[in-house]
This record gives sequence, C-alpha cells and structure tokens, in this order.
Amino acid sequence: MRPLAIRALSAISAIGRGAEPMFDALSNRRGGLSPCDFAGVTSGWIGRVPGVESHAVPPRLAHFDCRNNRLADMALHTDGFAARVAEARARLGADRIGVVVGTSTSGVGALEDAYVARDPVSGALPPDFDFVHTHDLSSLASYVREALDLAGPALTVSAACASSARCFVDAAHFIETGVCDAVVVGGADSLCGMTLRGFASLGLVSPRACRPCDTARDGVSIGEAAGFALLEPLWTNSGRTAVPGLAVLGTGSSSDAHHMSAPHPEALGAVLAMRAALADAGLAPEAIDYVNLHGTGTRANDAMEDRAVMTVFGSGVPGSATKGWTGHTMGSSGILELAISALCIEHDMVPGCLAVDEVDPSFEALVVTVNEHRTVRRVISNSFGFGGINCSLILGRTS
Amino acid sequence: MIRVNVLGVSVLGPGLPGWVDSVPILTGVQDWTYAEAIPPPPALLPANERRRAGLLIRLAMAVAEEAVAMAGIPLNVPRGVFACSNGDGVVLDAILRSMAAPEGQISPTLFHNSVHNAVAANWMIGVGSMRPATSIGMHDDTFAAGLLKAAAEAAHEGEMLLFCTYDAPMPEPLNAKRVTAFPFAVALVMAPADVPSGEARPPLARLTLRYAGGRSEPEAWFPKMPGPRSLVTGNPAARGLRLLEAIASGSADRFALPLAGGRVEVEVTP
Repeated sequence: MRPLAIRALSAISAIGRGAEPMFDALSNRRGGLSPCDFAGVTSGWIGRVPGVESHAVPPRLAHFDCRNNRLADMALHTDGFAARVAEARARLGADRIGVVVGTSTSGVGALEDAYVARDPVSGALPPDFDFVHTHDLSSLASYVREALDLAGPALTVSAACASSARCFVDAAHFIETGVCDAVVVGGADSLCGMTLRGFASLGLVSPRACRPCDTARDGVSIGEAAGFALLEPLWTNSGRTAVPGLAVLGTGSSSDAHHMSAPHPEALGAVLAMRAALADAGLAPEAIDYVNLHGTGTRANDAMEDRAVMTVFGSGVPGSATKGWTGHTMGSSGILELAISALCIEHDMVPGCLAVDEVDPSFEALVVTVNEHRTVRRVISNSFGFGGINCSLILGRTS
Repeated sequence: MIRVNVLGVSVLGPGLPGWVDSVPILTGVQDWTYAEAIPPPPALLPANERRRAGLLIRLAMAVAEEAVAMAGIPLNVPRGVFACSNGDGVVLDAILRSMAAPEGQISPTLFHNSVHNAVAANWMIGVGSMRPATSIGMHDDTFAAGLLKAAAEAAHEGEMLLFCTYDAPMPEPLNAKRVTAFPFAVALVMAPADVPSGEARPPLARLTLRYAGGRSEPEAWFPKMPGPRSLVTGNPAARGLRLLEAIASGSADRFALPLAGGRVEVEVTP
C-alpha cells in the first residue's frame, strides 16, 4: 500500500491519558497494573483507566452512555484528537471521512448489569436498557461518528484481540478505492465481567502482574484502553502529522486455520502476517528497528511469537511487549500499541519488557528487558486474536 | 467508484432454501411460501465441531460453501469479509445467564466461541485457509457495510473474496430488545472487475458501488417481488434481497442501501 499519514493520534490506558503521561510511564518504567477489584472479581491484576466512572459523555449522546463509550469519548478528547478531526472535516467534508473502529466486547458490561436486573417474573431486561446504543457492535462506530460529526461510511470491526489492528487494513481499503478521503481508525475495549471471567475460565490469568517473555510468565493481566488515529493518504495532502512524518507504511493480516483459542504450533499465521506487512510496505526485514510484540504473557502466545519473529527477523531486531505496563487491553491493544510505537519513533527509545527476571531461555529472538535509546525509524506491531486472526502494522517516518 | 464481478452467490432464509431453488422466487416465476430455513451441519468441520456448531455457524457455512463452489474456485482461495449484526445470541445469553448466577462461572468453550469472528474462524479452519478474514457488524446497516467493505477489498487487493453475511434470532430476553424475525444468510464471491478470473466461471453480475452522503429513502431499496419484500426488514442480512433479485434475473438495477450517515449506491449490470 501507499503510506497513510497519521494526522492525529490519541490513546488512553492504565498508564495515562495521552502521549505525555504514557511516555513518562514508559521512560520511568512505571507500570499501571493493580490487583483486580472489578465486577466482583478479586483474582489477578488489571490495567484500569482512572476516571472512567466520573467521565460524562456529552448530553446529546447520553443514550450511548456505557463504560466502553466513555472510554472512547475520553480518547477522542485527548491530545486534541477531536479538534484535528474537525479541521479535516472542514477541509474534506463530513461525508468524505469514514469511521472504521474495533472492539471485541463493545458495551457488554452494560448488558451484564441488565441481566442481573432482569424482571424476576418475566425475565425481561429493564425497560430503560438501551441495547443498540451500548452493547450492540454498531455502538462504538456510531458513537465515534456522531461525537465527531462525521457522515462517511462507518462500521465496527470485531476480530477479538486483533480488532483495532485489523481496522487499519479495512480502512486502507476504503482510502485506496476512493470510498473515503480520510478514516478515523482505532477502537475501545473496557473492563467487563465477561472478559475477566472468560480468561480466568481458560486458566490464562496470571495471579500477579503479567510478565510477557519471562521464563516464569503465567498468564495475562486484563486491561482496558481506547485510542484513535486519523489516517489520510500522503499522496493527496502533505499537511502535518501527529509526529513529524509519521505514517502507516504497511499492513498484513492472516488466519491461523488452526484453533479457536490456541495459537498455531508452528507460528505460521503470525509469520504470514508479518511478511505480508513487510511486502505491503515494500520493506526488507532489516528495515525494521523494533518489534512491538503482541506479548500477552501466556506460555503459548509468547513462545509462538518468539518463533515467528525469529523466522522473519532472526535474532538481530530488538523486540519487547508493553502489556506489562498496560495489561492486555483486548481489541484495543492494536491501537494502543501503535500509539506506543509512535512514541518509540518520536523519542528513539525501545521500552524493554517490564518486570522480567529472566527471559525464557528457549527464546531465540532478541528480547529487550531494559529501556534502550537507539534509532527507531520503523516499528512492526503485532496483534493476534482468538479465532486465529493475526495482524501486523508497520509504522514509520516517511521523511 | 468500485467495480467488482459476482462469480458465486447463495441465500438461505425462510422459503429460500439455497440459490438454485430460490431463483424462481427471486425472479417472480414462483410464489414465495414460508418454510423454515434449516441449514445442514457443516460437513467441512471435524465431527466434534460439527455437532457443536450452532445455527449461526451452520447458516454461514452453508451459504459460503454454495457460493464458492458456484464460483468454480477451491474453497480455500478467497479472502473473507464476514458481516453479522447480532453475533451468536445463544452463546451470549448462556454466558450472561451463568455470570448473573451466584457462582458466576463461565464455560471456557462458550467463552472462546463468543468472539464475533468465531464464524470466520470456523470457516477458515474448515476449509484450511490462511487468507485474511475480517469480521464486522453495523446493526441494521450490516449488509451495506459488509458489501462496501468486501468490494473495496476485492478491488484493491485484486483477489477473489468471499462476502458472507448472516444473522439469527437471539433467545429471550435479548430478542425483545433486538428483534430478529428469522434466520437469514447471503454469500457472494467477488472478483475485481479488471483482473481476468482465470479458472473461475464467467460473472453472474457486475457491480458498481459508491458511497454518498445522505440516507436513502425508505423502501427505495426494497425488493420488487412480494415474498422477498415481506422478509426484507426481518433480518439485517435480508437487506441483500434486492441485489439477489437482480442477480437471479440477470437484469440491470440501481438502488441505494442506507449506511450510517449516508448510503451505498449499487448499480447492477448483467
């Protein structure tokens, strides 16, 4: 594909609201995880965003109110994102800007509450529960579109933990075929009972803060995050970008065709996605300076990903996972880690995995466990999800 | 504007039991009568998964298989765009009920099957394909969103693509909040208009699509035949019926489907 400029970028997670606090936490190696105290779950650790409970969505959008849309709203109003979209809207027209955003569970937390409040006789959900504007998948895309006053095509991508990464692929198709002149991509996934209990049921939640790539890693810490990027073709407009010259250079996607929740044993799907992204960007593996791993902290994912990275890049390209800071933020991990990757490029820094005592000795690729200051021009960021969906995004400077 | 060719098609819904038997109804040669849509257990899945496959997976796999076979290409060739509004309501309801109970335990199998892309995953596993597949949802506008997305992907990537859209009624109490009247599924195999289709069969129809601001008039995109017309608002996937009528009759048509703040303009030529 041709590079897509990132005109605006925002992300919020347990390590802060926006680029500045996020970079501060990364530089000072200050993680955002804490013992779980959410939805009646008291085991494991979580990456919770402060202030969601007290955040109010605008009155005209009150019918959308739920934790997921509050999180989205917070991200839209971080680092001047909404204002940059408003500038683009004035320049391009509201119906030329699309919304392609990802979420795995949308506003299911609101539906969980509604199930608890079912009518004891009829079993009906509370009369005031608004299904379409909270739980329904369209809720996120509609919220973002209405909050930003856009009139372009809008849809929600829901591909498990690859959701907000895969939406870059889908948005690129809209831009390349002229359906849109710009697209708001990204997504939101919020803490909810279903994700916390579901991962626990699979035995995949660590009893302590997760430690991706550690030899003693024992599972994920669930987190929440939201983030958005405004993509616009570089070839039609050379205006300013979130970070000078910042662009999505390539995307790659594949299916494992193997299992609903277990990764491919030979890492073939992950290898295909990374190679597809490199081919899409027209880059050789040597052009990549840093691999932002999916790195969830489960035994199987991290071992599989090491194998994949080794196959594509060998042992010379530094890689790390940032989920030790933020937790695994599910469908929003793609956009969150793209925003982290942008910071790596802006500040020429590789954040080493947090809280790793010893890197798994069976790993062959280069895993970084302390922060390194080195030139970072291009990053590949991986996102893998249940159902065997793999997505890799390449971010870099074009100038 | 996006141009794609349709190489394969399928439909499954009340009184529309697969493409071949639906053509006389879609062309007005035969009257539509209600008959429950019963998709078979998906033969592509291993025995265990086949038994476990719920209505949604059965619906999607039945239409996907018929459409790709009609296109004359191996099942594992096309990329995938899977579009569904409700997701699997049976799985969702079971999880929510067990969470609302005092012990609050969730079945791990139900949990991993609760992801929206479970249908895409089953198809990709079933046909052994490592091609990219996306899964989307946009409530009542799911068909229009999926059609536009699928055509854009096929055209830009220059590759064969399977567009599969399906929805089924959810159990109560969900269905009272989001009414879906009956199961319905549509699949189309698309190829970019400017790329020779090789071994594949000649196009059944040619589509030109564009997005424009401003919602389309209600009913302007409704099917022409009375039977299909009675179905069009009962399931998000049934919004594809107007397009299916044009493909079945091999005639030209022009209509616009609502999507978000605007509309997807569709031009069909034989």
